[in-house]
Amino acid sequence: MKAIRLDATFAALADPTRRAILARLAAGEAPVTELARPFAMSQPAISKHLKVLERAGLISRGRDAQRRPRRLEAKRLGEATRWLERYRRLWEGNYQRLDALLEELKAKERK
Amino acid sequence: MSNLKVTTPSDREIAMSRTFDAPRQLVWDAHTKPELVKRWLLGPPGWSMPVCRIDLRVGGSYRYEWRSDKDGSTMAMGGVYREIVAPQRIVSTEKFDDPWYQGEAVGTLVLTEQGGKTTLTTTVLYASQATRDAVLKSGMTSGVEQSYDRLADLLTSLRR
Repeated sequence: MKAIRLDATFAALADPTRRAILARLAAGEAPVTELARPFAMSQPAISKHLKVLERAGLISRGRDAQRRPRRLEAKRLGEATRWLERYRRLWEGNYQRLDALLEELKAKERK
Repeated sequence: MSNLKVTTPSDREIAMSRTFDAPRQLVWDAHTKPELVKRWLLGPPGWSMPVCRIDLRVGGSYRYEWRSDKDGSTMAMGGVYREIVAPQRIVSTEKFDDPWYQGEAVGTLVLTEQGGKTTLTTTVLYASQATRDAVLKSGMTSGVEQSYDRLADLLTSLRR
């Protein structure tokens, strides 16, 4: 179940417009009209992106029934980024060993 | 030196970049000489690399085998070199023995040197977005390189 949800999350994050929307929502909730403003896109097109983000659990709708503001679901985004962090850590371990090896090779060359 | 950057440049790619305080030739050697590769390309703690064979020519193959020192479990991958430009660029296919993802991936390693420091960028192109996402989710990515830029950018903007 969790794996399926993360698939949707990564797919949602793969689009630059959707990432820009998330970045805007990180500053606070906003109605659709405001979210659409920076983009050269029709409101229905933006609504489509919002639907993808909502399905991925990355955003939700606020209480105000009139404005229906969208807001960021930071927890889901955190789940996705934790995976990336794990991947990064794995490679960082490899590259720290490589740093040490390169120091050794440089010292050898100097001799 | 740290600053490993992981990004997703497209739906099917993962890219990673990192700078090393060493000339390009040494970073190249560390990626192409088996006795050197074995010393750092190990993945999670507690794993070693008993087998590392590299036939560094276009059409030549390579093979990496890892072993968990704790329980003896093994993992292996290999592929064929498609393009080699020493000491700056390698394009190769990569596939795990026990394929937990579908299709063959293509990896590109690029090394650039500036002021005695070398920036390494690896990009892996997967057969499909589903495969790329599976790799992102898996912790077993030891041999499968590459990174995710846009997410890093997003995270930076979220931290502000």
